Amino acid sequence: MGEVAGIGKLMRSEAGKGLTLISPTFVYALLLLAAPLAMILLLSFWTQEFLTIVRDFQLGNYQEALSDPIYTALMLRSLRISATVTLVTVVLAFPVAYYISFHVRHERKSLWLFLITIPFWTSYLIRVFLWRVILAYDGPVNSGLLALGVIDEPLGWILYNANSVVITLAHAYAPFAILPIFVVLEKIDRSLLEAARDLGESRAMAFLRVTLPLAMPGVLAAVLIVFIPTVGDYVTPQLVGGSGGLMIANNIHAQIFAFNNRPMGATLAVLAMLIVAMTLLWGISRLRFWLWLADRMGGGMRGGAIALGAAVAEIAAIRVAFSAAPGLVGPEAAIIGLLLIVSAGSALILTRVPKGRWGI
Amino acid sequence: MKLNLLAVFAGVYLVVLYAPIVLLPLFAFNSGSVIAFPLRGFTTEWFGLLLDTPALHAATLNSLIIAISTAIFSTILGLFAARAATRYGFPGKGGIVGFIMLPLVLPEVIVAISLLIVLMQLGLNSGTWSIIAGHTLICTPFAIAILQGSFANMDRSLEEAAVDLGETPWSTFRLITLPLVAPGIVASLLICFIISLDEFIIAFFLSGNSPTLPVYLWSLLRFPAQLPMVMALGTILVLLSVLLLVLAETFRRRGLRRAGLKDTGGFL
Repeated sequence: MGEVAGIGKLMRSEAGKGLTLISPTFVYALLLLAAPLAMILLLSFWTQEFLTIVRDFQLGNYQEALSDPIYTALMLRSLRISATVTLVTVVLAFPVAYYISFHVRHERKSLWLFLITIPFWTSYLIRVFLWRVILAYDGPVNSGLLALGVIDEPLGWILYNANSVVITLAHAYAPFAILPIFVVLEKIDRSLLEAARDLGESRAMAFLRVTLPLAMPGVLAAVLIVFIPTVGDYVTPQLVGGSGGLMIANNIHAQIFAFNNRPMGATLAVLAMLIVAMTLLWGISRLRFWLWLADRMGGGMRGGAIALGAAVAEIAAIRVAFSAAPGLVGPEAAIIGLLLIVSAGSALILTRVPKGRWGI
Repeated sequence: MKLNLLAVFAGVYLVVLYAPIVLLPLFAFNSGSVIAFPLRGFTTEWFGLLLDTPALHAATLNSLIIAISTAIFSTILGLFAARAATRYGFPGKGGIVGFIMLPLVLPEVIVAISLLIVLMQLGLNSGTWSIIAGHTLICTPFAIAILQGSFANMDRSLEEAAVDLGETPWSTFRLITLPLVAPGIVASLLICFIISLDEFIIAFFLSGNSPTLPVYLWSLLRFPAQLPMVMALGTILVLLSVLLLVLAETFRRRGLRRAGLKDTGGFL
């Protein structure tokens, strides 16, 4: 009785009402997202012989995925393409978000945002396919450049490779980058900028020292929202990537439908998620560390140079380690060990180095 | 000078953003059967072809069933979550809401493969219902984002006044809350409908023998002879999306006006 009364009381409390109200949606997400994700994790430790799944826990799939150069090359290519897409998208989006926030009249802003989001809501398949038409050998880009006399023969390198995948994805994810940056720019107190100008900062310095640091959380959100989904994109590599532009999602699909190897498909999916998480963790923690280091070393040119040196040194060290270690201890052990070391470094930085004025 | 440069950049950006879509009607009405320049002449033949393709009609019907069901289910699930998140504080709120919003950033291929594998392991056939389930999962975060805006903009004192005047919680919700968030609900239904109608990956993994419109479209892309028809179909789809979007935006703004607020931005 007491228990029932207790539950009744809980249900009537603020917290209880909130939990009850959100439970249908939460349970749905648990059943259709958490459970299936747990399922692929489990499956990645099993194997398949012909049509039957062998339910013995083993690491063979991971060993194969990490030692076969086909898979590692695909992973690296997916990461490289997504990183390039993210960089291009965010760098091009920032000025547009800045323009809308700072130079467009207030009544016009929502119209601009609406115009920018419309293409996003139109069929993704069709948009990707149209890029194939645009970049084709006899497409508008080539015929236009030929007519203008810029080139003598159609460019072959703009379609069916990683370049075309980057162009198409950067176009598709443009609104995703503009919106979060716009939101943080809108929140910036304009009187801070006036104060900076009154205190003698030039327009460029006021931007660098006030606007940019305050906008960083939005830039970071844009990076996340572009990088994560693009790593797993299937349609674009399949339609415009040719054989040199295929990414991890295409292989996952092939594992399941063409090779009928579900455990391997599951393994690649789990690995893709893990590597994306580790890459992001690395990027965010190092960015925080380098910015912190630059400030700590006195800021300005000197601090910037030292931070840049640290960044270049670490990236070079990681590249050397990843190319040398597999020969020493075998590919799987090398990749796992190095990923653990790099991630431990990320965790250490994120817990020890405080969030700076850049909001990262 | 700096301002001008920025404006020019934003203008060019907008033009490039729309470039692919502008090509669509050009090729849809082009009489040449190859999708390339130069254009030949004007024709509506490809649109006529759409009417004579039964497989397309089946796929369209399938897609409509899926999109309508998805819109309704996600909006209902979104209503629960958005109301809970804006009205109440409870332990673990950040984590729970964050988890529900996760499909927004998770690669769709991960959602698709995990659902497919569960269905396969359970020995169930995938098909229309499983696509609806998957689409509901990825549309719910959009519904929540829209509805959260509506609930947050609502003046809480109106509900309190109704309760003080003797209404029950349910009648307060029906008479006060629901009409105030109605524009948000309509916007959410429309947005979820559009997303589901255009969604490809989950449908591609789960459709089995009954393709949706995008899956059918995908199968056409392999045949060069069918491409002009794809362009015609694409033109219709894009027009439909834009039309629904303008409608959703109108409702969203009406909701803001009803809440007595100034417009501050678009969706997402």
